[in-house]
Amino acid sequence: MASMRDIKRRKTSIQSTQQITKAMKLVSTVKLQRAKARAERSKTYFGAMYDTVHDIIARTGHMDNPYVSERDSNRKAVIVITSNRGLAGGYNSNIVKMVAGSGLDRKEVDIYAIGKKGRDLLKRRGFEIKVDHSEVINEPLFSDAMHIADEVLESYRAGEVGELWLAYTGFKNTVSHIPTLIKLLPVDDETVPGEGDGGSDDSSETDKKSSAGSRAGSDEPKVSLSLMNYEPEETEALELIIPKYVSSLIYGALIEAVASENGARMQAMDSATSNAEEMIGTLELQYNRARQGHITQELTEIIGGAEALSS
Amino acid sequence: MADERAFKLRIITPDRVFYEGEAIMVELRTTEGEIGVLKNHIPLTCIVAPGILRIRESDDVTKTAALISGFVQILQDEVTILAEVIEWPEEIDVKRAEEARIRAERRLAEKASGTNLKRAELALQRSVARIEAARK
Repeated sequence: MASMRDIKRRKTSIQSTQQITKAMKLVSTVKLQRAKARAERSKTYFGAMYDTVHDIIARTGHMDNPYVSERDSNRKAVIVITSNRGLAGGYNSNIVKMVAGSGLDRKEVDIYAIGKKGRDLLKRRGFEIKVDHSEVINEPLFSDAMHIADEVLESYRAGEVGELWLAYTGFKNTVSHIPTLIKLLPVDDETVPGEGDGGSDDSSETDKKSSAGSRAGSDEPKVSLSLMNYEPEETEALELIIPKYVSSLIYGALIEAVASENGARMQAMDSATSNAEEMIGTLELQYNRARQGHITQELTEIIGGAEALSS
Repeated sequence: MADERAFKLRIITPDRVFYEGEAIMVELRTTEGEIGVLKNHIPLTCIVAPGILRIRESDDVTKTAALISGFVQILQDEVTILAEVIEWPEEIDVKRAEEARIRAERRLAEKASGTNLKRAELALQRSVARIEAARK
């Protein structure tokens, strides 16, 4: 059995770790609250944005637009949003696993990394990191998203990449976060509906419904679609709206990712704290037992000594 | 006050709901030119160009804001502006806008090439819109 001193030392060390995990849990709880409120505030915007783009694409069908038609290049740009700091359970590795296991060939993929953890893990797996925007994730601004979107769209227009994907952790609620991989470009009519379900933001569903309902007497979607006019006309409008669409999706993903990160960290730290609690309990028991054993032994020794003297 | 000319106006930005209320007329600048929207407008979606947004809430209350970019969705009794950048006059940093205007004008005077020229023009439009909105 370990000595009393060893047990005591171990216990103190676990106790101080527990203090740290407890503090980190509190911090991420507060941050989560803020990130969650922010994510909720932005949802209206993305719902409406999604609606419009969806609407235009549905109306125009297949057209000769670089954002809709297939491209020649088979390189794919993947924007991967993870965190800069670890200790968030499976948050980062889930994203990396999803990207690695998505069937995208790592030789054809350019990674646009947002978040140091994901960047390093993907680099180790042999992916090529083209651009690194890790500083953004600490405090995502809309202008950051616009900047990243511009950069990606530029190489898309130049024909360097043929497809644009976005990998991030969707925030469903405080305890459930879903790693999501969605295809942003080219937008083809079939992927558009799936995109909304799988990714952008689950709760925008309600917004979508409400705004669809408000659209002048929409018994049938077709009727309401044909009512809308565009100025400039659809193709041109689409060209102007798509960059906005991409940047707002990136921004939405950033905000959700931040909320998920803090949620994941809160959970991880919560279980770390309760694990520490449990270990301290066990050590306490061991310590008491050792102390008792020690006292018993001392008593036996004294009695033994006294008996030896008296006899 | 139930004004029958009023329609619902929502202005949404990525970070907040900028404005939500009733208006009887909205004036703004689009890529195709300035438009004024009243109730029962035909459904229309257009792209915003940097300019001043005027919201007439009633005959004697008009609010202005600098609308920099985004797009507008007009339905019969509802107008939604999806704005990436929009500011109330009191939020505008006039000094900064003034500086941006001078910078853009200088760049235009230098006759920079292609994309730079376009960027400078846009920057000029943005700063002018901000300055004008702040002056009101």
